[in-house]
Amino acid sequence: MGKTITEKIISDHTQAKVKAGSFVVVSVDSALLQDGTGPLCVRKLSELDLQVLQSPKKCAIFLDHASPSPKMELSNDHKLLRDFARDKGFYLSNIGEGICHQRMAESFIAPGEIVVGADSHTCTGGALGAFATGMGSTDIAVAIGLGYTWLKVPPVIKVELKGRLSVGVYSKDIILHLIGKIGADGAGYKCLEFSGETISCLSMEDRLCISNMAVEAGAKAGIMPSDDITLEFLKKQGRENEWKGLSADINAGYESEIEIDCSSLIPQIASPHSVDNISEVKEKEGTKIDQILIGTCTNGRLSDLRVAAEILKGKKAKTRLLILPASAFVYLEAIKEGIIEALLSAGAVILPPGCGPCVGIHQGILGDGEICLSTANRNFKGRMGNPNAEIYLSSPATAAASALTGTITDPRRFF
Amino acid sequence: MKLSGFAHKFGDNISTDLIISGRYFHLRSNLPELAKHLMEDACPDFINRIKPGDFIIAGKNFGCGSSREHAPTIIKMAGIPVVIAKSFARIFYRNSINLGLLPIEVDTDELQEGNNLEIDLLNGRLKNNESGKEIKFLPPSPEMLKILSDGGLIAHIKKYRRIEI
Repeated sequence: MGKTITEKIISDHTQAKVKAGSFVVVSVDSALLQDGTGPLCVRKLSELDLQVLQSPKKCAIFLDHASPSPKMELSNDHKLLRDFARDKGFYLSNIGEGICHQRMAESFIAPGEIVVGADSHTCTGGALGAFATGMGSTDIAVAIGLGYTWLKVPPVIKVELKGRLSVGVYSKDIILHLIGKIGADGAGYKCLEFSGETISCLSMEDRLCISNMAVEAGAKAGIMPSDDITLEFLKKQGRENEWKGLSADINAGYESEIEIDCSSLIPQIASPHSVDNISEVKEKEGTKIDQILIGTCTNGRLSDLRVAAEILKGKKAKTRLLILPASAFVYLEAIKEGIIEALLSAGAVILPPGCGPCVGIHQGILGDGEICLSTANRNFKGRMGNPNAEIYLSSPATAAASALTGTITDPRRFF
Repeated sequence: MKLSGFAHKFGDNISTDLIISGRYFHLRSNLPELAKHLMEDACPDFINRIKPGDFIIAGKNFGCGSSREHAPTIIKMAGIPVVIAKSFARIFYRNSINLGLLPIEVDTDELQEGNNLEIDLLNGRLKNNESGKEIKFLPPSPEMLKILSDGGLIAHIKKYRRIEI
């Protein structure tokens, strides 16, 4: 029997025989920490009391969750992480540089790698054909200390995406639809591997959005094939030498297979308080919205901001409108293209790249009884800092269309 | 390994945001303060309703969402040695094993708030002293039991100087 991408990557990183369900020790290529999980990781690493670290070749620390710091406790956490990065010679991504998952894709992750991160959305890196997965602080301390980690080889669910997306429908709608179909634990302890003709039409930005949300179905990873689009993405960063092609064998063995006809898909929305509470946007039209958040590691990329600007240009938002670019690079490109000017003129507040509002740390915390429509990945009760508020999740186009009307609106009305 | 305790019951999809909200993000380097807010958004006053040795009982997908290890850390700090759920989100499960917090997967439908429960881990038996009913469960795998019995992943690595599962 042939191999899945997951089996190929894991096999390349271990001496052990790789089959679903077995425990293997694998070498790690990249490890990431952020300011919410990093300080605990640093303390765990010092408990390990290792004389010499056998760290993976790429270790990066991101000050992105509370960026810039809103409280002295967090400033002290940042100080700890800055000192740690300097001491160990790890890459430090300072405040404002961007969200860890976007920065990892822009500068670090390559196809075929094993990437571990103390952040659940580390699975975003699967879009580059890497096995990228989130873990806790202790696991990352061990990975940084020893250069390897243990994995239970996951069974793989093949997600076959067929047909071209219609106008006004995006990769966010595909992943919301999939999560609605299989549930918030539908891929628990398993991997999602995406394939099919739709994938070859999706840009790397679109793919990152899909892989980002794999964990919302419980998946260990959400992996895309590495192809010409991956190569182009790496070329733009001057990293084409890190590219290699990667796809599943035709006779690979899957635990199950799911087929989605993307050509018949229409805009999707997740209602409070669960990501798998999915319906079509048109069923929720008219629901009043207080705040819109466009951005985050799910949908804060250039194409996301561009579509929002196209809808909002020359008009005024009827809600509070927060824009959260995924990185400084994205922010700068959006300025050059006139996207930021269009959004500001429509009444938007442009936030520094980071995670603050999505995690309820700062910048855009909701009031009691308020409703937010966000392009992020989670709508759990209390997620945006107030358990008495409600969060809906959609594509940037749906969010921008809804900002214009002040109520949930199908974006196809604007195309 | 045998344990007994009283049940505090929750539903499905208890996220790590519900276990410890992001609005206490700034307390993450002050675990005793952070622990005061355990389960606050799922059950206000939870921290004052529990006694050391009590169990958390839940439905499916317990600990979904963020990888924050602070969630299982403060459950353990509150003196709760076991979480019993229909299923766990994988990062939470892994974090629990690494910290020495016992995650048990079993059908929890018949367990009620306040029930006195007895767990025989190695034999995979859960007895409800209220109803007298015994439920069987699959104990964690030998690899996971090894890390648990070493006292968590850090103690495991200190013992073997490598991952020895």
